[in-house]
Amino acid sequence: MGIRTLVGMLVAALAVIGLLATQTSYSLFLPGLLQGALLTIEIAVLGSVLAVVMGVLAALARLYGAAPLRWLATVYVEIFRGTSALVQLFWLFFVLPQFGLLMDAFTVAVLALGLNVGAYGSEVVRGAILAVAPGQWEASIALNMSRAQMLRRIILPQAFVAMIPPWGNLFIELLKSTALVSLITLTDLAFKAQQMNQSTLKTVPIFTLVLLIYLVMSLAITIGMRFLEQRASAGLSRGRAA
Amino acid sequence: MTDQPMVRFDNVSKRYGALTVLDGLSLDIARGEKVSIIGPSGSGKTTVLRMLMTLETINDGVIWVEGEPLTHMDKGGKLVPANLGHIRRVRAKIGMVFQSFNLFPHMSAMANCIEAPMTVLGMKRADAEARAAELLDMVGLSQKKAHYPSQLSGGQQQRVAIARALAMRPKIMLFDEVTSALDPELVGEVLQVIRQIGREHDLTMLMVTHQMGFAKEFSDRVCFFYQGKICEQGPPSELFGAPKNERTRQFLRAVLEAG
Amino acid sequence: MWDWSFALEILPTLASAAIITIEATLIGFVIAALLGLALALVRIAIPWTAWPISVLVELIRSTPLLIQIFFLYFVFPKFGVVLDAFTAGVIAIGLHYAAYCSEVYRAGFDNIPRGQWEASIALNLPQWATFRDIIIPQVIPPIVPALGNYLVALFKETPLLSAIAVLELMQTAKIIGSDTFRYTEPMTLVGLFFLVMSLVSAALIRILERLLNRRTPR
Repeated sequence: MGIRTLVGMLVAALAVIGLLATQTSYSLFLPGLLQGALLTIEIAVLGSVLAVVMGVLAALARLYGAAPLRWLATVYVEIFRGTSALVQLFWLFFVLPQFGLLMDAFTVAVLALGLNVGAYGSEVVRGAILAVAPGQWEASIALNMSRAQMLRRIILPQAFVAMIPPWGNLFIELLKSTALVSLITLTDLAFKAQQMNQSTLKTVPIFTLVLLIYLVMSLAITIGMRFLEQRASAGLSRGRAA
Repeated sequence: MTDQPMVRFDNVSKRYGALTVLDGLSLDIARGEKVSIIGPSGSGKTTVLRMLMTLETINDGVIWVEGEPLTHMDKGGKLVPANLGHIRRVRAKIGMVFQSFNLFPHMSAMANCIEAPMTVLGMKRADAEARAAELLDMVGLSQKKAHYPSQLSGGQQQRVAIARALAMRPKIMLFDEVTSALDPELVGEVLQVIRQIGREHDLTMLMVTHQMGFAKEFSDRVCFFYQGKICEQGPPSELFGAPKNERTRQFLRAVLEAG
Repeated sequence: MWDWSFALEILPTLASAAIITIEATLIGFVIAALLGLALALVRIAIPWTAWPISVLVELIRSTPLLIQIFFLYFVFPKFGVVLDAFTAGVIAIGLHYAAYCSEVYRAGFDNIPRGQWEASIALNLPQWATFRDIIIPQVIPPIVPALGNYLVALFKETPLLSAIAVLELMQTAKIIGSDTFRYTEPMTLVGLFFLVMSLVSAALIRILERLLNRRTPR
């Protein structure tokens, strides 16, 4: 989808929210929902940071780590990709306390979502590193660089551009997964929606607003990543269009 | 030993599974010597350069650079596979230019030329830039320092790649079919640069080429490879003028016909 | 910490719940695969629908499946259609993944060279026969792995149905947990079930991919 269509959708979604807010049957719910959205954003941002860190570490461990490290990273990736975010969330929330490990729900949420998306992210990072042309490695060897120098100066800067679009998709997956934290007592956007729905039974206005708010957040991520991609690839392909 | 060869291949073999690419290669290259390697595709000629640059491992034999084993080290009188530190120390004497240039696309011509001098040799930026400017000037690209690879023609990219390799002050330069990816009208400018560095620098040069005219005029010795072995070698006047081997004759006839 | 006899005791209950999970997966995927194909075909057959359909797909993919499940489950009754939790949930899952599948089909159709359409016109084949005999057989094999990956993804998301109290695997495990105050065994068994099924399906998809590649050389 073109960036114009995306920005158009974002403006349209915000306009619809604004329009609905003029009606009391909708505006009634808005403050509570926005309060929930704040927690959603908090979890999404922290989870994304953890996901990127885990993704890069696991990818490097699998590509260049010593055997035990490689093995550990593979087990991590397979377990977190092989089960779903909800299973992981519940396991951390219900089972860990039975081993005496007590964490508050917020920490569990960030941990589960970050680890889950990080496992997918490691495949993205690994794929992008492997996709850098072999000639780039060969030229770096011919210039006698160390492996760390090659990675840091030559390979990762080029892989970075290729990683941006798939990471954009992963951040949206993570944002959507934050709705699951409502099932472990956190009062995020999805929790507020359900709570209000149960007490007022005004399903249509509440869920319409909730869907629109999630849409706005997703579109903001997509548009932001498009801009990042444009800026990053401008550095890589200056003059290529000319 | 004053006559110690710059590079010595001592019974070196390279196999990919059942396929033998190089079969017991022995070859000495003297200091300052210019050697051209010719032969049909699949004869193992590029593999010779790639092994010397440590881009390929070797299965048998030893490669010596200035009397030092490249990928082996002495341990109690026996040669064992070397660690990376040893390889990098010996490898520092060698530079390579590739068929497909392999410039770093996210760096300008200047940045390509100062990257390794700064990160590997630990040169100061000002010194590295001064040296790179000199080299870019020599290859005729003083006006293109700030350009990115995608903004340069193939011939210009290859000349940057030559400057980039020279910036590491190698003693041995490897040229792997450096004009094969170029449009015909751009071949001349790159060969001109190679000719010039051959004259002005005391470099040992080893090149794989399809440019028979250039090999004949430029090199001290030409090696004809066939099926992983040196089939015939000698001064260009002899090898091109009066080839002894039937395979060499066949190859040269075919190449000249196509050219 | 881990009680084998307790694990064995709850195994039959979990196994029968797993059947609900698998049912939900299969029905949900049939909806997703067919509806996704329908969306892709409508886009091609009626050009003006391309834009509204892509906006709809973007809307579905941009919002959480959990909210969509709640929405369908609570909204249908407002219009006089009372659906049980399983039906509403499976429809929501099917709709959500139909959006993803339609993009897969679309990419598949885009990859068919123009020449195939033009040759069919030159042979004067009717449009329906062109679709059925020329285009579809070329579209399906290359996209089977992508569809397979979405089948696995859909399978892993069925625990969301526990949020509207469908008695699938996760809900059953939670009930066992709250009844016995032992979560370790039920939750871990659920996790293992998903892990094993996902790994097995991933391996099957790889084999399928290899078979298809052999049949349609490029």
